[in-house]
Amino acid sequence: MTVRVQRENFDPGAEMDALCAGRLDVGACASFVGLVRAANDGRGVAAMTLEHYPGMTEAALEDIVQQAGRRWNILDTLVIHRYGELRPGDRIVLVVVIGAHRGEAFAACEFIMDYLKTQAPFWKKESTPDGQRWVEAKTSDDDAAARWRE
Amino acid sequence: MSMTVKILYFAALRERLDRAEERLDLPPGVATAGALRAHLAGRGGAWEALTSVRNLRVAVNQRMGGADTPLADGDEVAFFPPVTGG
Repeated sequence: MTVRVQRENFDPGAEMDALCAGRLDVGACASFVGLVRAANDGRGVAAMTLEHYPGMTEAALEDIVQQAGRRWNILDTLVIHRYGELRPGDRIVLVVVIGAHRGEAFAACEFIMDYLKTQAPFWKKESTPDGQRWVEAKTSDDDAAARWRE
Repeated sequence: MSMTVKILYFAALRERLDRAEERLDLPPGVATAGALRAHLAGRGGAWEALTSVRNLRVAVNQRMGGADTPLADGDEVAFFPPVTGG
């Protein structure tokens, strides 16, 4: 499993290929890419700054990935999350899960994203025509994470 | 024996306090994350955000904690709003 927290952009296709490279036991490669939208809650977003907690961010992501590894029969995972200044259309996050079969890879990928949204210490600040504002946490994100506990 | 902790503030809370981190000798009786939060809020002014910010989170030594999480000498304690990554 690999976790990377970085300013730089990433190439999802190249990362997926690299995770599968040289192995013949992979039957499924599930992925999620999160991007910056040009509008949020009805207001235009010209730019977004992502702050994080160096050290804890990596530890939290590794913990989430390990939980997924205990819960599903998967072969490997990759999580990349960016920080710093981003613009609409930019990629924010990549989750890739490989496994023998799609069901477990899909589920683990969704679990990692749901937990990342509520547990990993990142904070988004948007630049809108009305000025800068911190993005509020959504209860729907808490609900999405909670359903895995049932 | 005195206990010193490093305290970090993030995101909207950091801006309201105009401070990212500090070192603090814990006063007698402040032995948990919740007690530290109340102590800091007691500074008044902008520090009241420690109790007024909704759903404020605390991490001790880079793990999510709660009001009852005990503090020890040298701990790193972080206060921050609910996270919004992904």
